[in-house]
Amino acid sequence: MLSKPGPDMTHAFTLSFDAASPADEPHLGGKCASLVRMIRNSAPVPPGFAVTTAGWRAMLAQHGLAEAITSALGGLRLGDVVAQEAAARCISAAFLARPLPQGVAQAIAFDYQALCRAHGADDDLPVAVRSSATAEDLPDASFAGQQDTVLWVVGTQAVLDSVRRCWASLYTARAIGYRDDRRIDHAEVQMAVGVQKMVNARTAGVAMTLDPLNGDRTRIVIDAAWGLGEGVVSGEVTPDHLVVDKVLRSIVTRRISPKAHEVVADPANRRTLLREVAAERQTLPSLTDRQILAVASLARQLEKQFGGAQDVEWAIEDHPAYPDGRLMLLQCRPETVWSQRKPALPAAAASAGLQGLVSSLLTPVRIRV
Amino acid sequence: MSAAKFPSPYDLPPPAGAEDWKSMYPYYLTFRDELRAEEDAKFWFCDSQHWPKPFKPFDAVTVEWAVKCLGQYNTRHYLVPPANGIETRFHNGYCYLSPVAVAPELIPARVEQFMQRAGHYFGHWDSLIDNWRVKVKANIAALEALHFEPLPEVVPMEWITSGAGIDNTVPLLKTYDDALQLCYRTWNYHFEFLNLGYAAYLDFFGFCKQSFPSISDQLVAQMVQGVDVDLFRPDDELKKLARLAVELDLANALRAGSSAQATLDRVAAHPAGAQWLAAWQAAQDPWFNFTSGNGFYSDDKYWCEHLDIPLGYIADYIVRVQKGETIERPVPALAAERERITAEVRELLDGEALAAFDGKLGLARTVFPYVEDHNFYIEHWAMGVFWRKMRELSCLLRDAGFWADAGDMFYLGRNELRDVLADHCMAWAVGSKPIGQTVLNPLIAKRKLMMAALATQAPKPALNTPPEVITEPFTIMLWGITSESVAAWLGRDASATTIKGMAASPGVVEGLARVIRTADQLAEVQPGEILVTPVTAPSWAPVFGKIAATVTDIGGMMSHASIVCREYGLPAVTGTGVASTTIKTGQRLRVDGGAGTVEILTAA
Repeated sequence: MLSKPGPDMTHAFTLSFDAASPADEPHLGGKCASLVRMIRNSAPVPPGFAVTTAGWRAMLAQHGLAEAITSALGGLRLGDVVAQEAAARCISAAFLARPLPQGVAQAIAFDYQALCRAHGADDDLPVAVRSSATAEDLPDASFAGQQDTVLWVVGTQAVLDSVRRCWASLYTARAIGYRDDRRIDHAEVQMAVGVQKMVNARTAGVAMTLDPLNGDRTRIVIDAAWGLGEGVVSGEVTPDHLVVDKVLRSIVTRRISPKAHEVVADPANRRTLLREVAAERQTLPSLTDRQILAVASLARQLEKQFGGAQDVEWAIEDHPAYPDGRLMLLQCRPETVWSQRKPALPAAAASAGLQGLVSSLLTPVRIRV
Repeated sequence: MSAAKFPSPYDLPPPAGAEDWKSMYPYYLTFRDELRAEEDAKFWFCDSQHWPKPFKPFDAVTVEWAVKCLGQYNTRHYLVPPANGIETRFHNGYCYLSPVAVAPELIPARVEQFMQRAGHYFGHWDSLIDNWRVKVKANIAALEALHFEPLPEVVPMEWITSGAGIDNTVPLLKTYDDALQLCYRTWNYHFEFLNLGYAAYLDFFGFCKQSFPSISDQLVAQMVQGVDVDLFRPDDELKKLARLAVELDLANALRAGSSAQATLDRVAAHPAGAQWLAAWQAAQDPWFNFTSGNGFYSDDKYWCEHLDIPLGYIADYIVRVQKGETIERPVPALAAERERITAEVRELLDGEALAAFDGKLGLARTVFPYVEDHNFYIEHWAMGVFWRKMRELSCLLRDAGFWADAGDMFYLGRNELRDVLADHCMAWAVGSKPIGQTVLNPLIAKRKLMMAALATQAPKPALNTPPEVITEPFTIMLWGITSESVAAWLGRDASATTIKGMAASPGVVEGLARVIRTADQLAEVQPGEILVTPVTAPSWAPVFGKIAATVTDIGGMMSHASIVCREYGLPAVTGTGVASTTIKTGQRLRVDGGAGTVEILTAA
């Protein structure tokens, strides 16, 4: 059996998602750690591996990259956007000018090729390469979206290039400014990278485990559309809107929108594209009732597991073993808007006993016609 | 949307042939021309939940006493701070209700009184309920003990020798008075706990709505609802009898299609028949005091007097048992489901809010069994005995020549009947012929025609302009009068194919509609059909085992239909206002009990 090349230090440069233990999580960055936790709880996360912070440190340790970064960031004034832009360009160039450390590149190539083989691909399995910073996805300061994700990456060389690009994205001007504003030491934040099999979604979307209009946590609200979830997230497509009673597990609202466009994979060009949906499919629901309940059940499970309202990205892909399609979990983040508010206790009715009952009786039901 | 206003009763004429309908009811219970301005200023909604068909003059007593006794507990016993009782008017044979609010300046003083009075009841709930059962059973026993003895040819000799000094009309008139008194008491007892039960429920409901603004009514109801209550016992008894019949090889003897007597004779002739008949007898008292209606009508058919009804249900159950079906209610599963959903909701709360939730849920669960159980003791058992006694009286007067048919008495009001009894007693005492028939024959004939005419016209769901605020707990919880239901009644487009109502019991099914207006039509219901009806009764439970869903015109989350459907795991949409008049038998429907929608998919 082939053994994977690794560093002499305590941690591997790469780690398969399904092999990671809780002790590994600090080295995986926020996003990958969350994926790994989901997998440990049997959530249907697309397979992949992480390039750990050990890999990142190896990169920084080589050819004076760490020093180049420190020097570029030295003397930046708070809020000096022009200087931040210049520093970002400088750091990006420094990353691109340096090759990956040989051990790290070998580990990535080894894991990518193993992933290809596991899915019957010959160095051409499309993957998403996602940055996974160690301070990402905190419930109170969402770093999400500040670093790069590269989709539909195909082939070992492209994966290696994308990893480097993700690393560099820790130092975009926006990320630099964000950390400076919050007095976060740049050196405190490290960047792991996730390499994950792409899901060729038939239908995809988001689910939130509360009603975003009023914070009601008995509801799960789902937006769904044809194709990849990017269309829903970016707002290019008006999705179908479904509301599920989380506790009773029943669908309470189905609002089906005409979905004129969908985002689909363009494997030949290694990218995604927005295309028109055939007229007869536009007004069809993008999820069956069973699929709606499956998405809701997944979201509820994640909410229970993480102990708070969650914002979930999911996708359904065609799969020979699943007649309804196979539901995959792409991302799960704590909901940050309502979860920050301490819901004001309904004052009158909350008081216990008869006093509370009288208050309830004195709160009339208003009729609006 | 059309104008936010329902028609005035003054603009809704009676159907042809019923022009004189008001003469059948007391003057204080109809819309009077001289009070038009006052009456039109009030909003009235139709209570077709309890009175889905026009009621005969005598039967009006149930409307009058039910509404009166409901009111007294709000207004005079507990002083529910914002709400007095509910006014009632009869219009074109149907019952309309209008809640009476308390003036805001009077509320603070009432709060103090309410705390003392309701506080006492909530604080001693269990012992007071125990006492209630004793009172109600004693009341039923007293009703049961009444007998209307025909007047004899002569006063008994013993009354002469003992110097009684009265004749037989004295006990006859007293028995009538006693029957009415006991019935009146029954309705007093009916509401002794009910208003408070609803108030506690409303408190929990309001708290849930504030904590979870879009929480479904159904979810709140399911957390409170009991799973093993007396109301379900009659049906449970039939299921046990069906199982026993299969075990004892009596399935064939109990097959459907013959008279009750013939069926029971076949059972008796079977070697194991005695064992089954003993169980059959044991189940009857009190559980066959169960009406296929709702207890509010004199022509309700009670199982104990119509053994063909329970035998028919047993025959159905036997067929299902033989097919290997589980006919028993999934009580442990329902109890587990209640605990599951409660635990899930609790997980979403913490700290003070969780403590308040637990307190309010605890109270709601303490008081709610009464809300479900009273129905058996009052509407089924006590009213069953009352109607039986009244039919006894009607037969006595028929035999005395006042009318021809055993049911004719009910075409007279309860006070008109006093005159008939006076006529009877007078003629008997004097030794003359009563005036009776001469007057009553044409009157009853005319009223029969009027009743038939009234029944041809479905009631409007509401009258006049809806209010902005409703404070009466029953109006909301029991009748489901909310912004949504009122808007649905007002705004429904006759061509629309989706009917909206209360999401009363979850589940999505498709099937063929069967529209039923009275319990007598229940036999028409075929397995797998969707029952569409103005209102259901708890005793239709055996039918629930074979249908796919229920859709009703009226009823809130806590109406009997909702409670029973949830108990039987049957999808239900209630309070649609229009389903039974819009949907036709044979149309294909899609019922979504979780969303509260009924789609008409195809024409009949």
